[in-house]
Amino acid sequence: MLDTIRRRFLALQPSADFCSLRYVEEDREQLRVRQGRQQPLSRRHDRGAMLTVLDGGGYGYAATADLSEAGLRAAFERARSWARATAGHGVFDYRGIALPHPGGRYQGQGSVEAEAWPRAALLDLLLSESAAAKGDDARIVDWSAGLVRQDIRQLYLTSGGGETEQQLRAVTPSLAVTVFADGRVQTRSLGGQYGGLGRQGGMELIAEAGLKGAGRRVADQALQLLYAPNCPSGAMDLLLMPEQMMLQIHESIGHPLELDRILGDERNYAGTSFVTPDMFGSYRYGSELLNVTFDPLQRKELASYGWDDDGKAAAKAWLIRDGVLERPLGGDISTARARLNGFALDGVANSRACNWNRPAIDRMANLNVEPGDKTFEQLVAGIERGVLMQTNVSWSIDDSRNKFQFGCEWGQLIEDGELKGVVRNPNYRGVSASFWRSLKAVGDASTFAVLGVPHCGKGEPNQVVRVGHASPACVFGDVDVFGGAA
Amino acid sequence: MMRAHLKTLAAALSGLLRDGEGYTLWLEAERSDFIRFNHGKVRQAGSVEQAYLDLRLIRGRRQATQQLSLSGGADDLALLETALPALREALEQVEDDPFLLLNEQAQSSERVAAAALPPAETMVADILAAADGHELVGILASGEISFGFANHLGQFNWQQGESWNFDWSLYSHGDKAVKRSRAGSAWDARALRADIAEAAEQLALLKLPLKTLEPGEYRAYFTPTALSGLLSMLNWGGLSEKELRAKRSPLLKLASGEARLSPRVALAEAGGEGLSPLFQGEGFIRPERVELIAGGEYRNSLIGPRSAREFGLEPNAGDDEYAESMQLAAGDLPRDEALRALGTGVYLSNLWYLNFSDRAACRITGMTRFACFWVEDGRIVAPLGVMRFDDSLLRLLGDELEALTVERELLVDAGSYGGRATQSKLLPGALVRSLRFSL
Repeated sequence: MLDTIRRRFLALQPSADFCSLRYVEEDREQLRVRQGRQQPLSRRHDRGAMLTVLDGGGYGYAATADLSEAGLRAAFERARSWARATAGHGVFDYRGIALPHPGGRYQGQGSVEAEAWPRAALLDLLLSESAAAKGDDARIVDWSAGLVRQDIRQLYLTSGGGETEQQLRAVTPSLAVTVFADGRVQTRSLGGQYGGLGRQGGMELIAEAGLKGAGRRVADQALQLLYAPNCPSGAMDLLLMPEQMMLQIHESIGHPLELDRILGDERNYAGTSFVTPDMFGSYRYGSELLNVTFDPLQRKELASYGWDDDGKAAAKAWLIRDGVLERPLGGDISTARARLNGFALDGVANSRACNWNRPAIDRMANLNVEPGDKTFEQLVAGIERGVLMQTNVSWSIDDSRNKFQFGCEWGQLIEDGELKGVVRNPNYRGVSASFWRSLKAVGDASTFAVLGVPHCGKGEPNQVVRVGHASPACVFGDVDVFGGAA
Repeated sequence: MMRAHLKTLAAALSGLLRDGEGYTLWLEAERSDFIRFNHGKVRQAGSVEQAYLDLRLIRGRRQATQQLSLSGGADDLALLETALPALREALEQVEDDPFLLLNEQAQSSERVAAAALPPAETMVADILAAADGHELVGILASGEISFGFANHLGQFNWQQGESWNFDWSLYSHGDKAVKRSRAGSAWDARALRADIAEAAEQLALLKLPLKTLEPGEYRAYFTPTALSGLLSMLNWGGLSEKELRAKRSPLLKLASGEARLSPRVALAEAGGEGLSPLFQGEGFIRPERVELIAGGEYRNSLIGPRSAREFGLEPNAGDDEYAESMQLAAGDLPRDEALRALGTGVYLSNLWYLNFSDRAACRITGMTRFACFWVEDGRIVAPLGVMRFDDSLLRLLGDELEALTVERELLVDAGSYGGRATQSKLLPGALVRSLRFSL
């Protein structure tokens, strides 16, 4: 199909200042077992192309699944029509930017062996873990396990001869157990209930996620939570494990640093940012222990790629170094817009679309906190009174990405440098602008884990993209911690 | 065009079936123009044509589904022909599904609204003219949306219509803005100009000195839009029969009788008055109306076909078991008396980023957003700095609910994840004695 698309794009000979074609093909399969029974098997084969045109200073796009020469031509003409209709009425004169004409091929981790998908054996594994989770315990009222596979191929062509091809595979294992007794309910999961174990790679990800043997282990933890006391309230130290750090990074570093939010594009929907363009280069975002990188080349993370969807080559970049804000999450178009406003910011390759039928906007990709120098034992030993929290279950933050409140599935008290008992419904709240400055210890590589957010929503029209976050465990001081209803 | 195409594909598929096989087809198609605005100018403009077909192959009690993106051309038949062997292979590997339930009494239907929209370029020109001089940001979505169903029994259902949805904000400064949304099937440039002018007048209130509240309890008036944020949370498992049985529903205590809402609360799924199709993926026709909560007590869940089979009930919803056309009964407080009835407290126009802070307790956290105000003695005196609330919906719509307004607003979902939404809500405003702010 890719060769056919190439030929048809060449035949178009698009008459415009710039034209690109982004073809996306996705094969997806979901296997799920709930309450000991297979759920309906679902597959997806999706393919289509987005034509983007810059002409006369305007920008237009048109997406179609009609990949015939006539279909692509009609899409090109529609995109050009939008570019011309809006030229002179846009927020940016696109004659002020030269989009790249990249070349090359990127093959993601595990994508070469993309045929491997032993469905029958995988269903057996899910049924087996599901049965182990349930046992014969009447308190276990809901239990499920699942696997999602996504195989994605992308072709990007430009009117200037650019051509890149990218191939990715992502696998997302999951398992969750809900227990109920005496009017109390608790749910515990493997890596979160919203796809936190999603990564790029092949079948090895299932073992790496710890799916085998997880059924009994997760059920045991759910039962511990059922009888655990409520999380205490008060200001105390907070030890966040990677399954919560990923959400903390996502909501209170990732989104506020998206340049399109800073430029106001998302004010009607996803929101704005407390970060302003003048902060880059000087603003103290966190304590000097905070180091945050954008790295789409971390091959196992969920949002790894070779080029973004405007053709910019992927590269690792430091967003926050030793606590100081260095650069935003802005693609070529956003950084050009910022320059027009007098802010010469360095961007990153993060102009991304969720699929062929949505335009590229500024998104996170792999956004990571770099490891520090403390073992897990040293992190715990440094806490006089606090709570360890693991695995996000609730997330909410204001539209400027400042006042947040997050909740976790699992909590454990820490007293006098030692881990103590389990607590249920652990929550905490804070303000992004000050929270990261309370970072007082960062775990080393032994505490580091690679996780994912498969459903990050943003944009008008709305888009859900895959995002990766890797982080060590981290300790924050003097955080407002609390539990659930008594 | 897609209607005839679906019929052609259904006929071709019937000819490809082997003995003992059956199928269902579910189509969602749209031809949409999406135009984003920022600073009263165009940020991104484009068009999307997409058609997603769910092909479910059935053999005995086994099922497997393949979703395909259709081109609308003859090559779509080849897609079906390629999908069939893959689904047959999958059927060899899955177990019998004891909860498979499909409609077997063919009930065909058709609802096609006449096309009435001007070209999107005209609508954009109207918006740019009306937004001139204003800090307008938002999105216009416009075009045709179609839904179709077909099965091997010869059932065929079709719904098709053109619509637009303009979801926008006028900004004053910082995060202070007036938010509006309007949708329809006929374009009215004069109404658009009036909406923007009316919103612009309200900006003056946002320029008043900011009121910063301390965490605590405050009287609160929720506009229908703000109330929509709270009620949307119930759609996250709260109305689902399956989630109730699995003890994951946030309304578990209400359904068990352990908790009770105010007698004023009467919530219904009114599919017959909504914009989503009444037919669903298993071929059943949803009831025109399902009473969910009446007199403050739990009455019915939304029951998808799988739950119906599992629990021996009648299906009344799609398999997702969420409300698509939610209605909350009106109350007796005239809207123009809402501020006076509030007295001193907070006027909430919009909420944002809600989530459960304790699902089992139906405790919800979220933020205020856009034009929210501090009110004293029935008068708006200051815009609010954004505040976080953390409170139980069982409390807010229970003992704390003081009144609902006489007037209700139809709120059409402006969302477009995967495709343009057709969900809607018809809601009054709500006055509550106390709302707990936490940050």
